[in-house]
Amino acid sequence: MKQLSTKVTSNGHGQDSSYFLGWEEYEKNPYDEIKNPDGIIQMGLAENQLCFDLIETWLAKNPDAAGLKKDGQSIFKELALFQDYHGLPEFKKALAEFMEEIRGNRVTFDPSKIVLAAGSTSANETLMFCLAEPGDAFLLPTPYYPGFDRDLKWRTGAEIVPIHCTSSNGFQITESALQQAYQQAQKLDLKVKGVLVTNPSNPLGTMLTRREINLLVDFISSKNIHLISDEIYSGTVFGFEQFVSVMDVLKDKNLENSEVSKRVHVVYSLSKDLGLPGFRVGAIYSNDEMVVSAATKMSSFGLVSSQTQYLLSALLSDKKFTSKYLDENQKRLKIRQKQLVSGLEAAGVTCLKSNAGLFCWVDMRHLLDTNTFEAELELWKKIVYEVKLNISPGSSCHCTEPGWFRVCFANMSEDTLDLAMKRLKEYVESTDSRRMISKSSHERIKSLRKRTVSNWVFRVSWTDRVPDER
Amino acid sequence: MVSIATEKKQDLNLLSRIASGDGHGENSSYFDGWKAYEENPFHQIDRPDGVIQMGLAENQLCGDLMRKWVLEHPEASICTEQGVNQFSDIAIFQDYHGLPEFRQAVAKFMEKTRNNRVKFDPDRIVMSGGATGAHETVAFCLANPGDGFLVPTPYYPGFDRDLRWRTGVNLVPVTCHSSDGFKITMKALEDAYEKARLSNIPVKGLLMTNPSNPLGTTLDRECLKSLVNFTNEKRIHLIADEIYAATTFGQSEFISVAEVIEEIEDCNRDLIHIVYSLSKDMGLPGFRVGIIYSYNDRVVQIARKMSSFGLVSSQTQRLIAKMLSDEDFVEEFIRESKLRLAARHKELTTGLDGLGIGWLKAEAGLFLWMDLRNLLKTATFDSETELWRVIVHQVKLNVSPGGSFHCHEPGWFRVCFANMDHKTMETALERIRVFTSQLEEETKPVAAATMMAKKKKKCWQSNLRLSFSDKRRFDDGFFSPHSPVTPSPLVRAQT
Repeated sequence: MKQLSTKVTSNGHGQDSSYFLGWEEYEKNPYDEIKNPDGIIQMGLAENQLCFDLIETWLAKNPDAAGLKKDGQSIFKELALFQDYHGLPEFKKALAEFMEEIRGNRVTFDPSKIVLAAGSTSANETLMFCLAEPGDAFLLPTPYYPGFDRDLKWRTGAEIVPIHCTSSNGFQITESALQQAYQQAQKLDLKVKGVLVTNPSNPLGTMLTRREINLLVDFISSKNIHLISDEIYSGTVFGFEQFVSVMDVLKDKNLENSEVSKRVHVVYSLSKDLGLPGFRVGAIYSNDEMVVSAATKMSSFGLVSSQTQYLLSALLSDKKFTSKYLDENQKRLKIRQKQLVSGLEAAGVTCLKSNAGLFCWVDMRHLLDTNTFEAELELWKKIVYEVKLNISPGSSCHCTEPGWFRVCFANMSEDTLDLAMKRLKEYVESTDSRRMISKSSHERIKSLRKRTVSNWVFRVSWTDRVPDER
Repeated sequence: MVSIATEKKQDLNLLSRIASGDGHGENSSYFDGWKAYEENPFHQIDRPDGVIQMGLAENQLCGDLMRKWVLEHPEASICTEQGVNQFSDIAIFQDYHGLPEFRQAVAKFMEKTRNNRVKFDPDRIVMSGGATGAHETVAFCLANPGDGFLVPTPYYPGFDRDLRWRTGVNLVPVTCHSSDGFKITMKALEDAYEKARLSNIPVKGLLMTNPSNPLGTTLDRECLKSLVNFTNEKRIHLIADEIYAATTFGQSEFISVAEVIEEIEDCNRDLIHIVYSLSKDMGLPGFRVGIIYSYNDRVVQIARKMSSFGLVSSQTQRLIAKMLSDEDFVEEFIRESKLRLAARHKELTTGLDGLGIGWLKAEAGLFLWMDLRNLLKTATFDSETELWRVIVHQVKLNVSPGGSFHCHEPGWFRVCFANMDHKTMETALERIRVFTSQLEEETKPVAAATMMAKKKKKCWQSNLRLSFSDKRRFDDGFFSPHSPVTPSPLVRAQT
């Protein structure tokens, strides 16, 4: 219809992607333990449902916050009228401190540099509007969160140029991949305005190494471009290794008040760490006051409900609660992830070694008929429709190698996860018997588990790539 | 100095044009009024000489009813003992379709505020980040960069940002005159359409606010029909911002575009869209409840996807769903709200009448369109701005000058009345009385005002010896009419 904009008539919203189609199938036939035990189990939803009890307990002990009261008096009217786009000061302060706590209090966040947004969806789009013209490009390492195609490009007109990462080195970002992406953008006549990374990574579940972050900071410094670090999963790190934020690296390199630091922006949200996606709480943190100023004005298009700001300011100001929460959250995620990994292994499936996020990056390359994306989609359809698990195919995350899938584990009960693994095992075994895979290949996969240290996953008949750099 | 300038220039190159430009509209000198208020806000006891905020179109008259309902219905909150069993379900609910009970309750509320003369389909209700978000989303859906929307003047200044800033869309004014009572005439529409065509701006739609901000008037049935017919004939969209729907009082009746399209044969409903919000009718701007209601299926579909950029907090959706489902409460609220608005409006207009100050006859909205043309030195916007500065800094009332609403004629001011209590209104009227009587003393009496510049005008610039020096220059304001930094107790507590 010519009467509608091209944004409406094109597919820029990205929702024809398989990532979203799986969701639609799930919605038609959702698993329920009692009402629909044969339904599709949702493993495509990166939600953290493991710690609501902690929040509910806190609410019971804090009736004032729960009842929108202050010192026993209802402040409903004041909250109802509060639409200042600078946000509730006590909320931004509490949020800044929470972000510091997640980073072991090694770095500081200034509340006046925080801009609130309606979820990180809005935060990322707003940053694009601030940093890029239509037609400018941001470089993103693959695989990446499918929603970025909509959030970063749709209404802004910005472009994404992929930084190709491969399984040969555990999908880490290399210097040559960065340079290649930059040159590719130039070939396409696109002005590169920056790099955007998600750390910890979605869909990989891994943290960026210090080496990678150093590389990125050096890169943006030399090219005079921006770095956006989406650290939405920073509170989901459950391994022994510490989370290294881009803010840590800036501090370590003594770049905290430098020109470069003005081009580094952090995006955050409470949707993953606290499991509150419905509340639409996102944030941009920037050292550039012009970015803060422009983004603050833009936040008018998606402010955080004052009711929600008030509740969360009380919650996050309670340091006893936040410290207990972060600790418990970590523990429960670790256990649940382990359950998934073991379940996968029992089905003869391995995944990328990871210690963060709400999902695993699963290697099903050995289950493909051919090493192609068509085969990946065929496999995915079988898993959705026959095995009845909604998982996300790597192609929807722009992975360059077919056969990888993102599988979520934090949005279901232990029993449901057990059942999901059981279904997968049955499917693989039936496929095995159809393909007559030899016992020796099973042994090889078992022995892989015993290998120490390596982040790399090898396919039985895969030709080793020479890793670019370590 | 040179290196700093170069550095700043470099900074500018690192940001987009949208971010480094003025498209947000907040560098206008009109935001000086907000700043004056912020620096010296009126308080009955603590700051009796402070600036009274009359530039904020907020409905604060029924906050007590709201508060009472919330306290009596703890189950509406997901945080109280009575409601916490819903906490986790609501906290993870981010479906951009919104909670079904929320959409149903909002649809019902929209019907009630139109006296149940029309039906709204909950499946056509799309959430947005306030009406601010709704307008931007509608612009993204209906227009490409460089396209234009016709907008009757005077109009809400926020439209310059909401519809244009990040979308690249143009606004083409449809000039309305006081001689017509600021009605939208067919001639004005055709003139504007032609002007856009000559400027190579493809017109994609007409945006009208009904009831009007800043006029407070409502469109009658005939006018609405002619707008629908005009847009249908031109095959352009009609966007009806009905954010003040429930603020009609007295004899005034609100007729929605939804009602009118039922009466037009062969109306192309794919071109009809309504923007709504709970910020004005219910006085809940902090909760960011914006609504797009479109009769065009494709627009509903796409706007819904875009709503990801500004969904309503599920915690708020749930509270609103419960509140608006309480039909007795809703009816009582709407009824009381109208009565209180009428009373406050009457207080203001009686006061102004007694001082010989004119105002546009209207019975809707949260403000009055005041006529101070006879106080202008010359019939120019410079004169209007000078008068306005006196009113803000010396009379200490933050009112909004007509120029900021793109009014065609200088001398009109929007004065809000629903954001203050009775005592504050009395104080404001007293200050106006003192101001006008001082003018009387200092100048010769003049005949009743007309809009002809040649008639003798009261000169306000003479020997007024008030305490303020108007030589202060303010830096770029950082307030917008939609996001003022009010001295909210929530903010004060922190400093």
